[in-house]
Amino acid sequence: MTFIPKPKIAHPSLPRNELGLTRREYEGALSTLCAGCGHDSITAAIIEACWGISMRPENLVKLSGIGCSSKTTAYFVSGGHGFNSVHGRMPSIAMGANAANRDLYYIGISGDGDSLSIGLGQFCHAIRRNVNMLYIIENNGVYGLTKGQFSASADVGTKAKKGEVNQQPPIDPVLLAMNLGAGFVARSFSGDKAQLVPLIQAGLKYPGFALIDVLSPCVTFNDHDGSTKSYAFTREHYEPVVEADFVPFKKEIATAYAAGEAVPVMLHDGSRVVLRKLAEDYDPTDELHAHDYVQQHIAKGEYLTGLLHCRSTQDTEFHSLNRTPDLPLNQLPFERLNPGSKQLGKLMARYR
Amino acid sequence: MSSAPSRVNDFVIKIATVNGTGSASANTLLMRSIFRSGIPVMGKNYFPSNIQGLPTWYEIRISKDGYVARSGKVDIMVAMNAETYARDVRDVAPGGYLIYDSTWPRPALLKRDDVTVLGVPLARLCNENFKGVRTRILMKNICYAGVLAALLDLDVARIRELLAETYAKKPALLESNMQAIQLGYDYAKANFTCPLPLRVEKMDKTGGHIMIDGNTAAALGCVYAGATVAAWYPITPSTSLMDAFKNFADKTRIDPETGRANFAFIQAEDELAAIGMVLGANWNGARSFTATSGPGVSLMSEFLGLAYYAEVPAVLFDVQRVGPSTGMPTRTQQCDLISAAYASHGDTKHICLYPANPEECFYMAVQAFDLAERLQTPVLVMLDLDIGMNDWMCRDLVWDDNYRPDRGKVLGKAELEKIEKFYRYLDKDEDGIPYRTFPGVHPKGAYFTRGSGHTQFGTYTEDSAAYQLVLDRLLRKLATAKRHVPRPVVEGDGKAKAAIVSIGSCDGAVREALDVIATRGVHLDYMRVRGFPFSEEVEKFLADHEMIYVVEQNRDAQFKSLLTLETRVDKTKLRSLLHYSGLPVSSKFIVDGVLGDLLEDRRAASGVVS
Repeated sequence: MTFIPKPKIAHPSLPRNELGLTRREYEGALSTLCAGCGHDSITAAIIEACWGISMRPENLVKLSGIGCSSKTTAYFVSGGHGFNSVHGRMPSIAMGANAANRDLYYIGISGDGDSLSIGLGQFCHAIRRNVNMLYIIENNGVYGLTKGQFSASADVGTKAKKGEVNQQPPIDPVLLAMNLGAGFVARSFSGDKAQLVPLIQAGLKYPGFALIDVLSPCVTFNDHDGSTKSYAFTREHYEPVVEADFVPFKKEIATAYAAGEAVPVMLHDGSRVVLRKLAEDYDPTDELHAHDYVQQHIAKGEYLTGLLHCRSTQDTEFHSLNRTPDLPLNQLPFERLNPGSKQLGKLMARYR
Repeated sequence: MSSAPSRVNDFVIKIATVNGTGSASANTLLMRSIFRSGIPVMGKNYFPSNIQGLPTWYEIRISKDGYVARSGKVDIMVAMNAETYARDVRDVAPGGYLIYDSTWPRPALLKRDDVTVLGVPLARLCNENFKGVRTRILMKNICYAGVLAALLDLDVARIRELLAETYAKKPALLESNMQAIQLGYDYAKANFTCPLPLRVEKMDKTGGHIMIDGNTAAALGCVYAGATVAAWYPITPSTSLMDAFKNFADKTRIDPETGRANFAFIQAEDELAAIGMVLGANWNGARSFTATSGPGVSLMSEFLGLAYYAEVPAVLFDVQRVGPSTGMPTRTQQCDLISAAYASHGDTKHICLYPANPEECFYMAVQAFDLAERLQTPVLVMLDLDIGMNDWMCRDLVWDDNYRPDRGKVLGKAELEKIEKFYRYLDKDEDGIPYRTFPGVHPKGAYFTRGSGHTQFGTYTEDSAAYQLVLDRLLRKLATAKRHVPRPVVEGDGKAKAAIVSIGSCDGAVREALDVIATRGVHLDYMRVRGFPFSEEVEKFLADHEMIYVVEQNRDAQFKSLLTLETRVDKTKLRSLLHYSGLPVSSKFIVDGVLGDLLEDRRAASGVVS
């Protein structure tokens, strides 16, 4: 593993976004993950999503912990600052960074080990605090870098490469996030780019904590028969239940939706997430219903995908609750922060 | 000093009560009324890690000479707690006084002939005059303040004035408090010869001074330094620092027009998250800090190592308490000196500042932010419970309105436009300090922050030479840091061959001890170290003295260990005086330690002392 820069040569005919940038300008260093790794597909989806919404590269902050998934923040949007922190602690870095500058977009890339074992506490509290960020779990059910131990997302009965069968129940980040009151909860599959790209766009724009749990098979340690997180198993048991379209501000909804089927959710900046239900009896805006619905399907061995829950009210985001100013805290002039010598004299009266 | 027939403004009162009974208000009231009478005073609280019902003591030292440490003796004991009565009686110095609640008989077995006993039926007085169990308990404590006022000739007008200020918005409470004071005062006047030979007399030595605790002063420093993100997890004895910050920020940082808060105050889920938030915020260009104690530093260590290696500024206040492990959370020690200096695995070393009193906490808080950003590394401000939670008499805090934060080497948009390419960890100025950028400013400023091996260009590496280049540059940065940390305070004419070297809250006791030792004809030089890594001045002082007493408050001589590890000093010159009972070190401990040691030396006829 070493750092491999990608040559930055763009063909003049490559399509450009509103900022005049090509997809190449949203790429990062060359991935050093195994060939066929699901994580690389997610990286590609992130690149596509950022290009598609004309994200200013410098406005994207990429955060991660430790593990294969956490390495990937180096592989996209090299024009954005990255912070590869310590194992399971990315949410606290994200919280601090977001507190300092509310104007940027924060994307946290984590894995099932990073978020559901060592970092479970920080993951939960980031949801509870409603940090405005997109949190992606690249979920493969195993510890790859340490060669194939089960993670906390491994299903009961799933088989490890060497034959061991997992008997402990998994922690499901989607159910957990809904339980904790997350406003934007999605599940997807690394192999479904069409579903993933709009989810990432909507998650980035959603003003609050947005989770996407992405099934991302580990080709080296968890892609064999008997694994419930292999490509084959995932393709068979993962079922889209709601599709999400991300509609940027000012753009009209182009597709016509049948009445009762499409639910638009307005975001603060005027953009919209349009939810299209594929199952008639499902209401993704009702979090209690969504939770039960997803859980019942898991019990049947069906993993529903899509934007499983999206809350339309968005007033509990960290900065709203804390009444911080619109100007980011890191840009407040010192004169507004320092009370001055006169005030110090007054403050000291209490101590005489 | 033995008990003289009359002693004015030079004695110690100790009050033994039960926590949760309102004694803190009575004790603060007493101390502040003495302070307002112009008399230097020290107040120390020895309280339990408990909400209600366990023994607590408060020690008030009235010192016309302005000594701020414990003297090590008790002249007047107010014994309000039956549970600790036996040991409280034992603690009184011969010739001293014992005041107790005579509503109930005193155990005759504990009688002492060399102590004057004054019984006051406090419970009876309060039961007769107040209604309700809670009120009666609270007023009993205010009542002994009235008794002391009469016995010591305290200015009752001062007490009334303080009560009026405290209860300005609660007239009913003001009235009952006033009444309780009067009850005690009148009883003492009617039954004892007032004042006692130990008494107070108005002075004018507290002008230009305040009584403040270090946590409050440090918090005020954070506000003045322009800190905007405060993240923390509650832990004694650091919690009041964060409470104070919130309080000051609510007063001074709310926009009068919009009502918006120009700060973020985040109670984290644990210390790991607290320091993570501090790193995230500083990395993103906001001044951010946390406060904790020893157990918190242990938990924060992993992140501190990341901050050291990835070069992220951070400010951490460690209000040290008694260890190991949970230890005694409400007692004081200087026992994190080593864990703070080297927190985290791998070759790490952190900037530490060692304030000696609340006044210094204020200025060092500001300096900590400047150093953290200048040096792009964590700065740990090492308070202890004694400094953090006790009220100390300090000079007025002053602020220079010309101060502007030192943000260190930060490249802004205009600078990034001009350069060809930005490399995060390149030592362009050869002082070991690279340049940094903030997210959102310019795509050219983007870099990847990581705790894994990296090159000077900021890229991942497992190449030995590239890795070592960065690690060696970090050493150059630490060498630069030696010139930036606060200089030691050195006292004495430099002619003495022997000296005391000390740190932090030992200062008050050391200074008094030096005066006492001088009256025995022994003159020692003194150096108080204020920053780590140790500067050349520290090296020189150590080299210039032949015998050095190292005074510190822990069992394992952590400060002495740091000196031997991090300076060229010959360790056979260093002699430890270690105080680690959990109470603040007294001047008597140091006097006895030094003189006892010298006596032994004299016996061995070494003759190194001038």
